[in-house]
Amino acid sequence: MTPLLTTKGLSRSFGGLRAVDSVDFTLMPGEIRAVIGPNGAGKTTFVSLVSGRIRPTSGTIIFDGADITDLPAYARVRQGIAYTFQITSIYANLTVYANVALPVQLTLRHGHSKSAIQAAVMAALEHTGLADRAHMPAGQLSYGHQRLLEVAMGLALKPRLLILDEPTQGLADSEIDNFVELVRDIATNATVLLIEHNMPVVMQLADRITIFNAGKILAEGTPEAIRDNAAVQDAYLGTAP
Amino acid sequence: MSEASPAKAYALHLGVIALLLALSFVLPGYYHGLLARIMVLAVFAMGYNMLFGYAGLLSLGHAMFFGAGLYGAGLAIIQLGWSVPAAFAAGLGCGVVVSLIIGLLALRTTGVAFMIVTMMFAQVFYLLILYFATWTGGDQGQVVPQPARVLEFGATSLDLTNPTVRYMSALALFTIVLLITLAIVRSRYGRVLVAIRENEERTKMLGYDTFSNKLMAVVVSGAICAASGAAYALLFGYVGSSFASVQYSILPLLWVLLGGAATTLGPLLGTLFMYYVIDVTSGYTSAYLLIVGIALILLVLFFPKGILGTIRQRWLGWLP
Repeated sequence: MTPLLTTKGLSRSFGGLRAVDSVDFTLMPGEIRAVIGPNGAGKTTFVSLVSGRIRPTSGTIIFDGADITDLPAYARVRQGIAYTFQITSIYANLTVYANVALPVQLTLRHGHSKSAIQAAVMAALEHTGLADRAHMPAGQLSYGHQRLLEVAMGLALKPRLLILDEPTQGLADSEIDNFVELVRDIATNATVLLIEHNMPVVMQLADRITIFNAGKILAEGTPEAIRDNAAVQDAYLGTAP
Repeated sequence: MSEASPAKAYALHLGVIALLLALSFVLPGYYHGLLARIMVLAVFAMGYNMLFGYAGLLSLGHAMFFGAGLYGAGLAIIQLGWSVPAAFAAGLGCGVVVSLIIGLLALRTTGVAFMIVTMMFAQVFYLLILYFATWTGGDQGQVVPQPARVLEFGATSLDLTNPTVRYMSALALFTIVLLITLAIVRSRYGRVLVAIRENEERTKMLGYDTFSNKLMAVVVSGAICAASGAAYALLFGYVGSSFASVQYSILPLLWVLLGGAATTLGPLLGTLFMYYVIDVTSGYTSAYLLIVGIALILLVLFFPKGILGTIRQRWLGWLP
């Protein structure tokens, strides 16, 4: 099976800081991959390079067999890479419906009739449980619902790779349980790359875990293997007292 | 926003057009001419609103696009002896070319830098007009000769200097541009422009090429402003450099802010209101610009969304 996403020697420097340092990374189709690591380890920079929000200093990115290193971000989205923002980034002054209609009107392949758009928007909203709030201004949603809207917008793009950057940050425990279910559901149709700090969520969801430290991949493996890895415990989980 | 009741919106716009048509038969001479001028300038404001109101790009150089239409049409008649339709097309074409070039260059910047860059380009355009005074007439400007301002249809001819013909031509242009604006605003493209205004980074990450969309907005806006400039040259017969000066870059911004940015009818209302205030106050004092200034400050303080923007926010949510 060919990998969905491969990076080779991917690097990005900010001044003297090598935020991402020669990263070789492979992601298989259908996986849920969690990326974890301490603050400043380069996780967000790494997924920003993959999504095209920032340009690499060197290295290549291959998506579904094609080199996308020089593609601008919007073109990568059209290839099927959707990115949800770490800091909620929605259209606060537009309705929830209008927020989701924007990605829908881009991805609808057959016809752009009003009813086709409406069906696709409501499907994404029902999937995330926001259907009854469709006509509220997005800025009036609670924080948890704004996070869900962020995911609904990603889903409406019908991505092959959905990148979730700390999706559970700031959510209540009850909301997190629903979120885990939602991500599992999404993963039946798409590959998920998940940056997450909440370890129980990571352990429940991830097929494999990649650990970043100081811009490099420190370790990679199944959740069980990672839990038992001494170097990981040293760098990230903290040494035992 | 405007999804709910398209029928109401269309009825309102057609009503405004019908009202302007009816006014042609009742207004006394002076106001008749003034309203024709206001309609042409409202087209200028609508073009500005396309870019500023909907795409959220604040340009301080739109006099350049108005000027491109004005001189494109005016010089085509004066220097080349072209017919009225060809001159109008020349003005429109100049606007498209100028806005495409300016857009490609200025859209590399955003925010304050975009304001300054557009303003500087407009200054260059203005100084070029003064420099090539042999052809443009420099700061004196030139009059488009009356015999040239006649529209020929085979045997019949329309004299654009006739007040009624002039008024109807202005109304026709206004109607076309208003309906085009309404169609754009309600289209998918219009929604993408609003999305760019509200959150450009997000729009990029939803798969939209924001640069191309913004460039398109600059060209559409520039073309509408040039149409207004070309109509001004043909209907009022004067091509002068003051129309390309910085004052005419600020005026459409004020008209749009007054009437309500990102409302389809706001530009007309703002232009009308400003002319009305000037007309009334200049009857009392020569310091009428002072009163205009105070009126503007009050409006910005108490109605920051402009007249129609405030009405939409408080009462009529369906206004496009």
